[in-house]
Amino acid sequence: MIRDFRNVAFAVGWRTIHNVFHNPSLLFPGLAFPLINFAAFAGGLSRLRHVPGFDYAPGYSGFQFCFVLLQSAAFGGVFTGFGIARDFEYGFARRLLLSATRRSGIIAGYAIGALVRYLLTAAVVTGVAIGAGMRIKGNGIDLVGVYTLAVLVNVAFLLWACGVAMRFQSVQAGPIMQTPVFLILFFAPVYVPLDLLRGWIHSLAVANPLTRLIEAVRSLLAGHPAEVGAAYGVGFALIALFALWALAALRSAEARG
Amino acid sequence: MRSGLSQVYHVARRSVVRQARQPANVVAPVIFPLGLLAVNSGGLQAATLISGFPTNRFVAFALAIPFLQGALFATMNAGTDLARDIQTGFLNRLSLTPMRGAALIVGQLAGVAAVALVQAVFYVGTAYAVDVHPESGPAGVLVLLALAVAIAIGFGAVGVFMALRTGSGEAVQGLFPVLFVFLLVSSMNFPRNLIEADWFRWLANVNPVSYLIEGVRSLIIEGWNGEALGLAFAISAGLLALALLASALALRQRMTRT
Repeated sequence: MIRDFRNVAFAVGWRTIHNVFHNPSLLFPGLAFPLINFAAFAGGLSRLRHVPGFDYAPGYSGFQFCFVLLQSAAFGGVFTGFGIARDFEYGFARRLLLSATRRSGIIAGYAIGALVRYLLTAAVVTGVAIGAGMRIKGNGIDLVGVYTLAVLVNVAFLLWACGVAMRFQSVQAGPIMQTPVFLILFFAPVYVPLDLLRGWIHSLAVANPLTRLIEAVRSLLAGHPAEVGAAYGVGFALIALFALWALAALRSAEARG
Repeated sequence: MRSGLSQVYHVARRSVVRQARQPANVVAPVIFPLGLLAVNSGGLQAATLISGFPTNRFVAFALAIPFLQGALFATMNAGTDLARDIQTGFLNRLSLTPMRGAALIVGQLAGVAAVALVQAVFYVGTAYAVDVHPESGPAGVLVLLALAVAIAIGFGAVGVFMALRTGSGEAVQGLFPVLFVFLLVSSMNFPRNLIEADWFRWLANVNPVSYLIEGVRSLIIEGWNGEALGLAFAISAGLLALALLASALALRQRMTRT
C-alpha cells in the first residue's frame, strides 16, 4: 500500500517537475514574480526603515525578503495548482485517476513537484536578497527554521490550490485559487512590523494566521526567535485543513469519473 | 466624412455594449484597484511619518494608483475583445465591407473611454467617501476625469496594437504582468525625491508611468500643478500617438483586402 502510494507520488512528482523545468513559460513567471515584488518593495520602500519604531537588524531588504520568501512559497503552490487544473482540462487527470493504484499519491506527487519548483525559487530569491544587502543575523538553526516554515506554507497552499483545481477542473478557476491567497498575504504586516500598523489593518493582521508565520520568519532571520512555536502550529494546522480539503476534492473528482 | 463618423459610431456602440454585457470587465477594474488601495493605504500609513512626505494621509497619496490600474485593465479589455474579433473571424468579415481601419480603432477606443470614465467616477466617489477632498476643487475633479480617460485611451491603444499584432487574446493577457512592472517601478508608493535606493529612483525617474501617477496625484493632494499636469497629458498623448501609429501599421497587414 505504501509502495503504491510512493510509486504514484514519485511518478506524478517527476512529471510535474519535468513539465515545469522544460517549459520556460511555466518556469519563469514563478521566478520573476517574487523577484519583481522584492525589487519593488525592498528598493522602492527602503526609506520605511527610518519610520520611528522600525528596528530590524537585517535591514529593510531582509524585512522584505521574509515576506517575499513566504509569498513565493504560497504562490509556488498556487502556480502548481494551475498545472493540475490544466491536467483536468486536457483529460490527462482522468487517465491518471484510472491508472493510479493509490490515488492519494497523486496529491503527494503534485506536492513534490511544487516543492522542488519552490526550492529553486527560494534559492534565487535568497541569492538576490543577499546581493541586495540583506544581513543574516540568525544562526544555522534559525535559517533551517526560516526555510522549514516557508516549505510548510508551500505545501499548505499547494493543497489549497489542488482542492480548487480538482473541484472546478478548469484553468478558469485560477482567480479562485489565487485571490484569497493574495488577500491573506497582504492582510499581514507586509511593509512595516505589526506594531506600526494602525486601525482596521492592524486588527486584521492580528487575526491573520499568516502574520504568525511572517513574524516568526523575520525573527529567525534577525537571530531573535519569537512566536516560532505558534508559527509551526499555524503551518501544520493549515496543512491538515487543506489536506482534508484536497482529499475531499479528489473524492469528488473520482465520483465524477 | 459623414460615413466615417457613422462607422466610428457603430463600432464604438458595439464596443460599449460589449463591455456593458461583460460585468467582469467593468467590475474587476473597479474592485481590484480599490482592494489594493485599501491594503496599501492601511499598510503604508506609517510612511507619512517620514520627513518630507507630502501628505499626512497615505490614502490620499495612493488614490492616484487605481486610476492607473484601471487603465491597465482597460488595455487588457480592449485588446482581448479585439483579439477575439480576430480569432472568431469577425475582422475578416469586416474587411469585406467598406469599413475604414481608422474607424475600427477609434471606435474600439471609445468603449475603453466609456469604461474608464465610469471607473474614474467611482474612484473619485471613493475619495470623497474616505474623506479625501481633491485640493484642486470641483474644476480639478473634471480635469481628473479627463486625465483618467486620456490615460486609459493611451493604454487602450497599446492593447489594440497588441491584439492586432498577435491576434491572440492570451498574448494580450500575457502583457498584463509586463505593464504591471511599469507600475511597480514608479513613484506609486513613494514620492521620487524620497526614494532611498538610487537604482530604484533612477528607474522611477525614467519611467513615464511615474509622471502619469504624479499628474493625477497633484490634483488630489497639491491643487493645481501645471508641470505635473502638462507632463501627464503630454505622456498620455505621446503614448496614444505611438500606439495608434503602430496599430495602423498592424491593421494594414491584418485587414489586407484581396
